[in-house]
Amino acid sequence: MSKSNLAAPELAAVEIQGTTRSTFILRGAVAAGAVYGAGAVTPFVTQALAQSGGGDVEIVNFALTLEYLETDFYRTATGLDGDVAKLAKEFGDQEAEHVDALSAAVKKLGGTPAKKPTFAFPKGNVKAFLKLAQTLEDTGVSAYNGAAPAIQSTEILAAAGSIVQIEARHAAAIRNANGAPGAPEAFDKALQMQQVLDAVKPFIKA
Amino acid sequence: MVDSQEGRPGPSTPGAMEELARDPSSRKRFFKLMGGAGAAGAFSIFLAACGDDDEDKGAATTGTAQKKQSGGGDVEIVNYALTLEYVEADFYMAVGASGLFKGKDLELIKTIGDHERQHVDALTAAVEKLGGTPATKPETKFPLDSASSVLDLAATVENLGAAAYLGQAGRIQNKEVLAAALSIHTVEARHAAILNTLIKKSPTPDGAFAKPASMDEVLPKVKPFLVS
Repeated sequence: MSKSNLAAPELAAVEIQGTTRSTFILRGAVAAGAVYGAGAVTPFVTQALAQSGGGDVEIVNFALTLEYLETDFYRTATGLDGDVAKLAKEFGDQEAEHVDALSAAVKKLGGTPAKKPTFAFPKGNVKAFLKLAQTLEDTGVSAYNGAAPAIQSTEILAAAGSIVQIEARHAAAIRNANGAPGAPEAFDKALQMQQVLDAVKPFIKA
Repeated sequence: MVDSQEGRPGPSTPGAMEELARDPSSRKRFFKLMGGAGAAGAFSIFLAACGDDDEDKGAATTGTAQKKQSGGGDVEIVNYALTLEYVEADFYMAVGASGLFKGKDLELIKTIGDHERQHVDALTAAVEKLGGTPATKPETKFPLDSASSVLDLAATVENLGAAAYLGQAGRIQNKEVLAAALSIHTVEARHAAILNTLIKKSPTPDGAFAKPASMDEVLPKVKPFLVS
């Protein structure tokens, strides 16, 4: 893909965490393309570039995409019962509220909310569900913690903080249900966008 | 009431940063605190950014003055967080020594207490790097009547702690300090969720959005645990 094909070529020069916007998105896309074929990836890339107004819009759309993923994960889970089913329902509803809040935030910033990608999650038993839930929630926490210091708007930062605390609570509760320590370390890691995209890429079909 | 002062090792050594400079494991912890990958670079930025200090504590309470004197504002906030962490660390030390818990619950209390002590060390180092003077460890007291009342109190303290960090996030000027506060904030949230679950409460009592608490809301709730 050449720069002239981008929906907003000027974004290609925007710096993101020590790389440029285009390499950041394209590197992830190339890796995804290797798995799903280039055709499946193109809409994701063009959309990601087109949606960005830079800065806070980009960060909130990044968070929005993760919340879409988490909502879809909980809502499509099958074969759960008892306490785990209850957690999945409660947490899925809360992720959906995050989706609504972040969509509204992007609009308020004057941007266009990212569209919901198509996701595919492996189906398995309760144990497999908890294992993946744990990974997704821990990743969500680190994604927010990594992105938040770059947020310009105090209002958006407050919203992100309010949401990431819930992600951390989800992570701990899911870990407990999974027989893992709820707080494995004294400090939660911060992940950069690329690291997060690499982690969630297998679940994004288009 | 149990006075937790006895036998409590000092959680923060005067030379915390010197220790960071020497000890690879605590340095690693600090780098992780300061943002993971590329944190070595962030660390030097952090050091450079912390060169100035404005010792104007009177002005630190007003928003405009705070913007002008971000060193003072951040020092005040980090010292506030440090005081809360001292109280939490003391609390778990006292609970662990109370004999009210054993087995898995005791392990949990020890683990959380260890986290709080690491927060104390990290925040002490952060204040020093901001050019400020770390808050002194307060003398504390806690009602340790029964296992169930202690777990209720622990859940209350952790939920309050998470809300306290959230309440400061938008006020912190220095990005590295913000990253550190966020990294601790979500661990306090994890503690709160674990303890809520243990006492059969929802891990997310605020619903989908956590509520912040201001210093004015938090400090009166902490005051009963301070020996004045």
